[in-house]
Amino acid sequence: MAILKLTLRFNKRGILVKGSVPIMSKVTLTIDGQKVQVDADKTILEAAQEIGIKIPTLCYHPDLSLHGSCRVCVVENLANNRLLASCVTPVMEGMEISTLSARARRARRRNVELLLANHPNDCLGCDRNGSCELQEITHEMSIRREDVERFAGETRDLPVDETGPSLKRDPNKCILCGRCVRVCEEIQGVSALQFSSRGFDSIVTTAFDLPQSEVNCANCGQCAAVCPVGAITEVSEIDRVWRVIEDPEKYVVVQTAPSIQATIGEEFGFEPGTVVTGKLVAALKKLGFDKVFSTEFSADLTIMEEGNEFIKRIKGHKNLPHITSCCPGWIKFAEHNYPDLLNHLSTAKSPQQMFSAITKTYYAEKAGIDPANIYTVAVMPCTAKKFEKEREEHRDSGYQDTDAVLTTRELARMIKEVGLDFANLEDEHYDEIMGSLTGAATIFGTTGGVTEAALRTVKEVLTGEPLERLELGYMGIKEAEVEIGDRKYNIAVVSGLANAAKLLDEVRAGSSKYDWIEVMACPHGCVGGGGQPLPATKEKKDKRAMGLASIDKSNTIRKSHENLDIIRLYEEFLGEPLSGESHHLLHTTYRKRDKN
Amino acid sequence: MGCICGHDSESREKYLAPLKSILKKYEREERYLIPILQEAQGQYGYLPKDVLKEIASYLDLSLSQIYGVVTFYAQFHLKPKGRNVIRVCTGTACHVRGGAEVLKAIENELKIKSGGTTDDLEFTLETVACIGACGLAPVIMVNDDTHGRLTPDKVPAILQNYRAREKAAV
Repeated sequence: MAILKLTLRFNKRGILVKGSVPIMSKVTLTIDGQKVQVDADKTILEAAQEIGIKIPTLCYHPDLSLHGSCRVCVVENLANNRLLASCVTPVMEGMEISTLSARARRARRRNVELLLANHPNDCLGCDRNGSCELQEITHEMSIRREDVERFAGETRDLPVDETGPSLKRDPNKCILCGRCVRVCEEIQGVSALQFSSRGFDSIVTTAFDLPQSEVNCANCGQCAAVCPVGAITEVSEIDRVWRVIEDPEKYVVVQTAPSIQATIGEEFGFEPGTVVTGKLVAALKKLGFDKVFSTEFSADLTIMEEGNEFIKRIKGHKNLPHITSCCPGWIKFAEHNYPDLLNHLSTAKSPQQMFSAITKTYYAEKAGIDPANIYTVAVMPCTAKKFEKEREEHRDSGYQDTDAVLTTRELARMIKEVGLDFANLEDEHYDEIMGSLTGAATIFGTTGGVTEAALRTVKEVLTGEPLERLELGYMGIKEAEVEIGDRKYNIAVVSGLANAAKLLDEVRAGSSKYDWIEVMACPHGCVGGGGQPLPATKEKKDKRAMGLASIDKSNTIRKSHENLDIIRLYEEFLGEPLSGESHHLLHTTYRKRDKN
Repeated sequence: MGCICGHDSESREKYLAPLKSILKKYEREERYLIPILQEAQGQYGYLPKDVLKEIASYLDLSLSQIYGVVTFYAQFHLKPKGRNVIRVCTGTACHVRGGAEVLKAIENELKIKSGGTTDDLEFTLETVACIGACGLAPVIMVNDDTHGRLTPDKVPAILQNYRAREKAAV
């Protein structure tokens, strides 16, 4: 007899669904005269999207809970002449929705005009000029200055938090859509940002309006990634990088993180996930960087160190589960929320920091350059990397190891500024001796990549046998059992800090079954990072991740310990993994921080 | 991080002891946030940052979430309040009969703006929409006392009266 297993669960709108198949009746309604039949738990907006009707939105984001605050998606139900916010209103039988009626069109337009009436007229001075959703809607609705000026009245004049080091917050540009508040609470479990005060005085802010550097913010930048306007952006380091490129005294070395090659193409019209490594390198050389290297080199180095550290821990049954440390957003979150578990974190530095420490020591020596004149720039998918480089722990080369961090978006702006025809650049290769790639390092850019890369090396070192592909997928929390020699290891891979907190609570309670946990602060890992091209949705991040995975599959060497440049680095300079020089340059310490 | 009570952990502990006995009465659930805030404000006169931090830890909320609630409700105060609270009515009747002039007179006398507190913590000045005594317009309340049919020139004497009471009580 077949047993039908039913699990009770509720969807995000609180409607009961069973198992994977919702026990839900269908609802029939018309939208702009077209009949459409959809599940009863759909919203009017979703029903419209199913039949290709576009309704403008601002506060709505497909990856977040529903909010319904901006009223830019208003439509009219002709059956009762009511205006409805389509993003939050469930479909009902017999609705006659019009997105085109005069009332609906006027209401949407009026709502945008009112938003603009208290929004700085500063597109020219805004980082989001050209990628702003409010600007785009204003343009699409043909709203003119005089339409807005008739609502002229009191406007906000609030201080801008530019202290960084990762994010800049300008509450005057905020349209109170709440996307940042939702992502910070729902996806990251941080809640550094909240609505405060009421009515006209409402703003999104931190506790006591403290600067970002003084609150429990992880610097992940997911708020900037979902902000429809220029209210939250990265602290730009573009000017600083131009200055050193122009300075003949400075030897400017750039590293690019693994994920950039599968994401920066979006800024230049490529499909998400298109791999543009050669063009990226060519563009960086044309911009005037003296050496163009890949962070994949030091990702391999991270694997060598962290893999051996894991082997040491499992042999000594110490500090398990071993928890990865390459994500600086995760590190700061752990320092605030799990100060009692910091001994579980790998002491291995992130690839960015290993790279810079090696550049200002080993590479300086090899190339015969005074490290005082070397300026290290990192192109990262990440805003937390800007914070990481400023940490006092990262001065092991005798200098600040990493001097500047550019997000993917900032690099794209520099390329656009000089007018390079990115799509048609002739492919070029990374420079020797820190530009070799292994595939293992490439997948660092997605959730699960670090784990897969590390276990490839760990298994081979311990047993001489290769690791089969893990194929974990990209979502939330994933787990696997990996057999190495005569023992099975339980591993977990998690992205999104709210998900990470679930696993860490188990570790704290002593009920965790895992030997290894990989944490990435951003959903999907670095391909979904806070510094990546905008706008980003789950769908796009999936494509980016698949782009990176395709590089790994097409690469002939796919194991970090087989990277010849890495082997040479250990032979000539570092000695053994975890040894004196490696320990000094490639490992770090963490600090306890207050929860709030 | 400096604490309002001083810098050492011993005096901090002493300062937060009354709060801890308030917290003991409540389970660690978000829904008790508002009653906890009300009791804490009753105890401390306002809601100091260190008190809010302690409440955040207890309820496993972020400080921003609590700050959002505290700034939403007019009943909560983040700054110390004066020993005497003056509420100036700005409702329609009071407005028509010169309430704004009365408010200005008080502001000048105390050298603070509406919403402010004097440096000596003697007075806090607030405006309210209506106190339901329109027949007495323009009207103010000082603590629980109502003063009606005011003119700006009557203000100094009224305030002086409360200052004197303070001194007499001491």
